[in-house]
Amino acid sequence: MSATATTCPYCGVGCGVLARVDAAGATHVEGDPQHGSNLGRLCVKGAALGETVDLHGRLLHPLLRESGAAPRRASWDEALNRVAKGFRRVIDAHGPDAVAFYVSGQLLTEDYYVVNKLAKGWLGTANIDTNSRLCMSSAVAGHKRAFGEDLVPGCYEDLEQAELVVLIGSNTAWCHPIVYQRIARAKEARPSLQVVVIDPRHTATCELADLHLPLKSGTDVWLFNGLLAFLFRHGAMHAGFVDGHTQGFEAALATAESDAGDPAEVARICGLQLADLLSFYRLFARHEKTVSVFSQGVNQASSGTDKVNSIINCHLLTGRIGRPGMGPFSITGQPNAMGGREVGGMANMLAAHMELDHPVHRDIVQTFWQSPHIAARAGLKAVDLFEAIEQGKVKAVWIMATNPVVSLPDADQVKRALARCELVVSSDIVAQTDTGAFAHVLLPALGWGEKDGMVTNSERRLSRQRAFLPAPGEARADWRIVCDVAQRMGFDRGFAFEAPHEIFDEHARLTAFRNHAPRDDTPMAACRVLDLGGLVGLERQAYDALAPVQWPVHAAGEGTARLFAEARFAHADGRARFVATAARAPVHAPDREYPLILNTGRVRDQWHTMTRTGKSPRLAVHTPEPFIDMHPRDALLCGVRDGELARISSRWGTMVARVQHGGGILAGNAFVPIHWNDQFASDARVGSVVNPVVDPISGEPEFKHTPIRVEPFPVRWHGFVLSRRPLATDDLTYWTSVQGQCFLRYEIAARELPSGCGAWARACLGAGDADADWLEYEDPSARIYRAAHVVDGRVEACVFFSPRPDLPSRAWLSGLFVKERLEDIDRVGLLVGEPLEAGADTGPIVCSCFGVGRNTLCEAIRTQGFTTPAQITASLHAGGNCGSCVPELKQLITEVHAAANA
Amino acid sequence: MSVAGARAVPRGKPKLVVIGNGMAGMRTVEELLQLTPDLYDIAVFGAEPYGNYNRILLSQLLSGEKGADEIMLNTPAWYAEHGIALHAGDPVVAIDRRRKRVRSRHGIELPYDRLLIATGSQPIVLPLPGKELPGVVGFRGIDDVERMLAAARSHHRAVVIGGGLLGIEAANGLSRQGMQVTLIHRSRVLLNQQVDADAAGLLERNLRARGLALRLDAETVALYGNERVEGVVLADGDRIDADLVVMAVGVHPDTALARSAGLHCERGIVVDDTLQTFDPRVYAVGECVQHRRATFGLVAPVWEQARVCASHLARFGHRRYRSTQTATKLKVTGIDLYSAGDFLGGAGTEDLVLRDPRSGVYKRLVLKDNRVIGAVLYGDVQDGAWYFELICDATDITLFRSRLLFGKSYCQALDERRTRAVA
Repeated sequence: MSATATTCPYCGVGCGVLARVDAAGATHVEGDPQHGSNLGRLCVKGAALGETVDLHGRLLHPLLRESGAAPRRASWDEALNRVAKGFRRVIDAHGPDAVAFYVSGQLLTEDYYVVNKLAKGWLGTANIDTNSRLCMSSAVAGHKRAFGEDLVPGCYEDLEQAELVVLIGSNTAWCHPIVYQRIARAKEARPSLQVVVIDPRHTATCELADLHLPLKSGTDVWLFNGLLAFLFRHGAMHAGFVDGHTQGFEAALATAESDAGDPAEVARICGLQLADLLSFYRLFARHEKTVSVFSQGVNQASSGTDKVNSIINCHLLTGRIGRPGMGPFSITGQPNAMGGREVGGMANMLAAHMELDHPVHRDIVQTFWQSPHIAARAGLKAVDLFEAIEQGKVKAVWIMATNPVVSLPDADQVKRALARCELVVSSDIVAQTDTGAFAHVLLPALGWGEKDGMVTNSERRLSRQRAFLPAPGEARADWRIVCDVAQRMGFDRGFAFEAPHEIFDEHARLTAFRNHAPRDDTPMAACRVLDLGGLVGLERQAYDALAPVQWPVHAAGEGTARLFAEARFAHADGRARFVATAARAPVHAPDREYPLILNTGRVRDQWHTMTRTGKSPRLAVHTPEPFIDMHPRDALLCGVRDGELARISSRWGTMVARVQHGGGILAGNAFVPIHWNDQFASDARVGSVVNPVVDPISGEPEFKHTPIRVEPFPVRWHGFVLSRRPLATDDLTYWTSVQGQCFLRYEIAARELPSGCGAWARACLGAGDADADWLEYEDPSARIYRAAHVVDGRVEACVFFSPRPDLPSRAWLSGLFVKERLEDIDRVGLLVGEPLEAGADTGPIVCSCFGVGRNTLCEAIRTQGFTTPAQITASLHAGGNCGSCVPELKQLITEVHAAANA
Repeated sequence: MSVAGARAVPRGKPKLVVIGNGMAGMRTVEELLQLTPDLYDIAVFGAEPYGNYNRILLSQLLSGEKGADEIMLNTPAWYAEHGIALHAGDPVVAIDRRRKRVRSRHGIELPYDRLLIATGSQPIVLPLPGKELPGVVGFRGIDDVERMLAAARSHHRAVVIGGGLLGIEAANGLSRQGMQVTLIHRSRVLLNQQVDADAAGLLERNLRARGLALRLDAETVALYGNERVEGVVLADGDRIDADLVVMAVGVHPDTALARSAGLHCERGIVVDDTLQTFDPRVYAVGECVQHRRATFGLVAPVWEQARVCASHLARFGHRRYRSTQTATKLKVTGIDLYSAGDFLGGAGTEDLVLRDPRSGVYKRLVLKDNRVIGAVLYGDVQDGAWYFELICDATDITLFRSRLLFGKSYCQALDERRTRAVA
């Protein structure tokens, strides 16, 4: 089969992917060299897409659940009627604002469009919000305040053309690897390119940095107000630009001066060395071509919108916007966060970049839709929405392609809310999720590779996601499910779509509809930058063949790489706005009871709640287990130890994770990844710990700053199990499951195993039969127990217990599961956890693409004297594909040489 | 006549007389010859009419895996070559310590300056009715083996009483010679002197698979038969027909001669750390001795006794015998079993256990104060010698405890990794 060009479904970089299904049915992917965003490159997550498209664990037909009962299979007819009638009943009894939709940046533009249209135009409620609220809404709000519309000015090429790239609150190396690599490659070619990383954590991204500012969490506005004042004082202002194209400069400067006029004071507040701060300020002042990349570290804060504007202010002051190699640059978290924003799939937007509270906009949209209603006031934003559900104000909610029980702050509140909601509908591709457990109706949607539509990435590039796999089971496209329900609610007109290109065409036409200054003949018109006029009227074929293009796409059909080339902004007067951003601290300060600040984020090889990446053995090895990364000093104060388990508590909830000292965490801070949930671990939903504080403007939660307490989580046994079959985890105090090649790995811990390790293990690993081929090793007084179950000469399962987390490496044991027969020598090693021959254990995987382990790398660095990642790549391939591990390779080189010189 | 003959020997070299041509005595002589080849005129008396042979291999002689010539250690020619007067088939019957002379059954009388007693042990004969019947044998010497082999050629059913090392080896040997063998053992646990119940269980399974009938936890109360033994009666009344009954219920030190000479004996001939008896001219080694309350049944301590005793006979006097740990190997082809030291453990001891029943492997080490004090290995005995070394050297195993039971090579691999990590 020839390759299908499609788009990666993970982060907002939006890489082009060529996907091919081989004769055996396996999916192979590679980067699309024709795609302008990635030019053929893929990160490790993208490269492992083929491992995530199997149907194991998929939701393949509708399910209905009466409260308390197990879900039962239902026909589409019954399920759709249940949704339609349920929504109708609630609206009739309680009004349209008693229903809500909570959707996702994983939806395609067409899906988003129809659900937004249904809510705002036909049901008459703006209660449609999205998980983009959790990652991008501060950027959206900041853009709207500064530019008059949600507009990202630049494109990825600017990163390569810049003289200075400032990465703010972004672990680009792990979260947007292809963007990072484009910067890295540019810097390699042109070492004068300066990179500054501003992040409380020392992340892998810092390996590229000329300067890292580990600022105190939440002090970004002081830093950028200080920069604004510094730039002004040092003559870096572009007076012509400020005078000619902006408004509000004086107020913004006055605020900046009063907050942050003295760099020494700024350094103190931000916890930085004054010299470092001034280096950054001078770098910024000196380099005309500066791009300020920002991401969740900026957005996910109670002052997120102000942070965005404080950054944009500096670009407005210096006039560095709208030209190649410069500008503020919001890097999106999700594949179609921007597409969702384009169609208006948020509670405080209408559609096509038009506003709910704007009568002309409402008229444009309602006229275009010819809809019975048009929502006139903002709906409930994510956090408020689930509070309203708990309060009983919202009685029916339809959740699409997202997992709020995991991802929202105060996530236990989300559980309480859903538990008392009259009707919870969940469209998903996965049968079992933490959220699905609360759903009354489960609707099977199409996943990546099956669905067909449009996504928009961080640089406004529209790309097609194309199907190359058949729809599995009874699964349907999200847009079709929504249209089906709409029709059953009596809304035939407006939802009679037969294919995604028809929906896209309608969306494109709406963007162009009355998109001009009011005229006498059409007074109800308004200019919008978002204009897809050039894509109106695409027939199926043209739509299918559409090459990636950056909006706006005007009638001529050409895309637009950069906005604001003429310094004309989307505010009515064409001027950009400085926003006076008075700095303020995060809402909840640490105190004696909760002394540490919890920061959250992604790890390199996982995505969101792991429903897809969790299936890939290749992606599981880099970070197999939920962890809390903290400073050794704090660990000592909290009484927890590296490698042991800790309970993490806030005023909102608790979780358990393994302590690690990654070396990049400031004292007083801690970091926990966002991915793990009840499907993959016993108690690792960091969302339940995060404070439900939101930015007053964007409604985006403050994920990066929750006061927490860390305590020991004592257990009697640490252990792990590798098993071909799923393990019953009931008796375990702690567990995490990790997908391996031909097996599942469980990291476990127990307080009490009443029957003893041996009996527990035999029963759990399917060796209850006395004749089972069961090997065991016991050192009872040291509380060490190890056993393995062999079936027909092939290892079926193995288990290791110890009172300490000093267990053998899982890497070599994992390899035994691929073998169809154990060799005698392996049988001996099975209970040691190591091969007899030194060097056969490659150690934990560092390079996921080529499966190169830490031991192998260290050995090669030591014996062959490698000093650069390139040498390692030449010899072992590691780092030569996606490059995500290059920062770690650099770190290993440093470590090995440091050890050798010690 | 002999007296006169003895007088004819010119007084030059001192005379060493060795009573017992077994492994202990001859090992001592060999050690002595290495130290001082010409110090003594040596004469050796032995009850059996052969040169010196390896008693340990009698099991394999019985099973047919070895021939009689293959188990010989020293041929008559060797004695001649070293100027040793060998009196085989002629045991010493009296010692006159006052006159420092010995007399043999055949009437040879020899004077000695130094006397070495190495009379070994006698199999225990259970005091059961019918124990004198033809067809009831012990398992001690070549002649016992020959009687068993003769029985195997003409008869079919055998009973072996005693599930210790010798009993199992005898049962296995007879089974290999084509007999239907029932092994009767008093304890529930085979080899209960040498291994623990887990290893014994594996052994039991293996033996049954070889076609042996096992009667464990069974006490023999009588033997019956007319012309010849025809079977045994168990305490529960069961009768087991047999044409051959082998008693392998243990041995006791053969002290009869020493006692008759007035040497101090308890269970064995009491010796000090130099293997000297209460008579300074008389030494004793091997299974006949008792050293600090211990008696001996295995070869390793006897080798050590021989080494120490030889040094004193050689007048070097620099060695002391210390009771050491002992190690046991079962000599049954296809069954690897090894035990050493205090393998049962007790208060204050810790266990490391590995069970792999499908592969027929069981290993257990007993630790005390981070030192190995006992080992039982079944199925994989490759590391037995190493564990024995660790026991004897009282090596602190803390650093490699986690790998200890997986053998020396794993521990060495760890050592190498540590070394490299440091380098």
